[in-house]
Amino acid sequence: MKTTLSISVAAALCATSAMAETPTLNVMTYDSFVSDWGPGPAVEAAFEEICNCDLVFTGAGDGAALLARLQLEGKGSDADVVLGLDTNLTAAARATGLFAPHGVSAELDLPISWDDAEFLPFDWGYFAFVGNAGEDAATSLKALAESDAKILIQDPRSSTPGLGLLMWVKAAYGDEAADVWAALADNIVTVTPGWSEAYGLFLEGEADAVLSYTTSPAYHLIAEEDDSKVAWAFDEGHYMQVEVAGKLAGTDQPELADQFLAFMVSDGFQSIIPTTNWMYPAKLPAEGLPAGFETLVTPNKALLLSSDAAAAARDGALEEWRAALSQ
Amino acid sequence: MIQKLPAWLAMALVLGLTLGTLAAVGWRAELGRGLSAADWAAVRFTITQAIMSAMLSVVLAIPAARALARRSFRGRRILITLLGAPFLLPVIVAVLGLLAVFGRGGVINSALAAVGLPQISIYGFWGVVLAHVFFNLPLAVRLILQGWQAIPAERFRLVASLNGSVFRLLEVPMLARVVPGAALVIFLICLTSFAVALTLGGGPRATTVELAIYQAIQFDFDLGRAALLACIQFGLGLSAAFVAWQVTPTQGMGRGMDRIVQRWDQGRAAVDAAALSLVALFLLLPLAMVVLRGVPGLIEMPSAVWAAAGRSIMVATGSAGLCVVLAVALSLRGGVAVSVIGVMPLAASGLVMGTGLFVLVYPFVSPRSVALPVTILVNATLALPFAVRAIGPAVADVKADYGKLAESLGMQGWNRLRIVVFPRIRRPLGFAAGLAAALSMGDLGVITLFAGEAQETLPLAMYRLMGSYRMEAAAGAGLLLLALSLLLFWLCDQGGRRDADA
Repeated sequence: MKTTLSISVAAALCATSAMAETPTLNVMTYDSFVSDWGPGPAVEAAFEEICNCDLVFTGAGDGAALLARLQLEGKGSDADVVLGLDTNLTAAARATGLFAPHGVSAELDLPISWDDAEFLPFDWGYFAFVGNAGEDAATSLKALAESDAKILIQDPRSSTPGLGLLMWVKAAYGDEAADVWAALADNIVTVTPGWSEAYGLFLEGEADAVLSYTTSPAYHLIAEEDDSKVAWAFDEGHYMQVEVAGKLAGTDQPELADQFLAFMVSDGFQSIIPTTNWMYPAKLPAEGLPAGFETLVTPNKALLLSSDAAAAARDGALEEWRAALSQ
Repeated sequence: MIQKLPAWLAMALVLGLTLGTLAAVGWRAELGRGLSAADWAAVRFTITQAIMSAMLSVVLAIPAARALARRSFRGRRILITLLGAPFLLPVIVAVLGLLAVFGRGGVINSALAAVGLPQISIYGFWGVVLAHVFFNLPLAVRLILQGWQAIPAERFRLVASLNGSVFRLLEVPMLARVVPGAALVIFLICLTSFAVALTLGGGPRATTVELAIYQAIQFDFDLGRAALLACIQFGLGLSAAFVAWQVTPTQGMGRGMDRIVQRWDQGRAAVDAAALSLVALFLLLPLAMVVLRGVPGLIEMPSAVWAAAGRSIMVATGSAGLCVVLAVALSLRGGVAVSVIGVMPLAASGLVMGTGLFVLVYPFVSPRSVALPVTILVNATLALPFAVRAIGPAVADVKADYGKLAESLGMQGWNRLRIVVFPRIRRPLGFAAGLAAALSMGDLGVITLFAGEAQETLPLAMYRLMGSYRMEAAAGAGLLLLALSLLLFWLCDQGGRRDADA
């Protein structure tokens, strides 16, 4: 039976049956979003206050695993909304034909213009190398490649930041990307399967810098009152990660899904993002960014390949990367 | 025969989880691209590092196992238990412990820098091998030590009375029988390794087949290619197993009277002390670093971690129980089929198994609602090769040595198990249960595909903490995991040794 949001109708019929039939909205997302220290619990509480529904988050591995999981579930998926894909994956996600238009027209605060009928951003950030304050910091990808600084990166075949760096080099250097990778090869201490391993190794002192986000120092500053970590600003500009959500065409709760997506770009959701997901909110909340975010580096140029361009460039760029680092 | 049905069930389970899940993935596949040159490079790297890791592990394990077998000293049992710890650790905890010793900012490089010597770097092929030896040396020591313990006291008496060489007459034949199996198991473990190779490998040269499978499923959603790669992995595993069986002599040491072993050939104590100290230092120093790193994090752990720890203990206990039951059932049946079953789970790709199960389960029930039972089932199956390896020979010996006697007394079924079999296999039984429990504690395989918030296990909670910058709390969770795994292992192992002379 289709449940509606109209409380008066339900109440007129029978109060108890309305309670029993509280509709459920299933949102599939990546693991760290749903954890106790991620945005999930606060978002759930805030949305349930206004939706008269039960919001259930399901974690499905990391960013890349999310799309694979959706493809495994296919048309029969219980999920109503998928939250946490990034622009490197949206072309493949769109090609599945499982998504419906989101229908939300909000003024977003992204450094680029956003026009996508199916995927709506909820946060974004710049990839950056994060190092220790007071140490030599490279000022560009090329300068990094020529320096003897040691860096940790993630594998583009298993991690979204790793794929982001691949696209960063491609967007900045195009056909010269292979040369840049060849020059970077002797700076790379190791390539880890995921972000956590690389960041953990960096904190253990295994390298001078790690591929992460410009917002990473904000975590140390705000949560640990530690200002010893800085992001390196690069002249070429920084590649962006835009994290998006989309409504599934096969949802049995289309109105609730619409309501959730509208809520997603409102203050109630967006004010939770900076200090739980440690990213920039897609729509700046009224109270602005939390104290500490003003200390972060702001790149002079935002780089981002369109989802189609990113999908088209991926296999070639991956092969260049593999060949350069296998020497 | 009452013994037949459980054995068939166990075999069906193993085949279903390995080949069945593989078939499910293949069935779900659409036409993909075939294997690339990079995939073949990954196959080559996988084989090379696995062979090297297996050989080094057993070669280093032999002197240590011999020292443990012929010396008795205070703290010997504790040392044996502690030496097992690296094998039970989640990969990332152990890798961080290793790096605290061998890494750029680690103990060794700090010492080298202090005296002005050049730094060492462990990243690359040898880093992968170092980590694999660190993980598997404990297993090799245990497997080979069991070989020594299986030599009856009477043989040592005989050799001593003949004034013969224990090494030539007893130890070499025993090693020829035990070492190929131990090397095979370690080869198989290294074959399916993923995170170790990636974290310490230094770059895409160190790509394993399992990573190629991961990429095929998660990034390309090319299930056909994933299934193909998983078949290659199976092929490699079974070929290795075939080679190991070919070179393993079949005759055993025969039956003894279960006397306490007395040794007259003590050899040079200094050699044994050196072998044990080196191995202990290599294995325990990184563990000490895990403990040091973890203690400050213990107070920072959110309460959800304790709930996850409770669930992990439940899953570990369940899978240990199931695993031991399956292993005994299989061991009682014996034969080649059982040996094959003992290899298959090790050669299986964890990711293909998880994905295949997901494909099979999804149309019928919500994966979340079966997350913990499925994890118990899979963990029990994954530990089965170790359990069969520990219990199988003991059961075979009981059959060979006491089978006719039991037969002539008309002892059958449960009575035969209770009176003849169980008392004689108690030690491997306890060891197998402890190993299964500890392995299950640290496992992070299928659960990632199935679990929601309410099914989170301790390793998953630890990874989620790391993924949210909470590295200190994650180190605390890592320490908790280490402590609980060791405790479970120790309890089971100790249960098996009750009243027995170790």
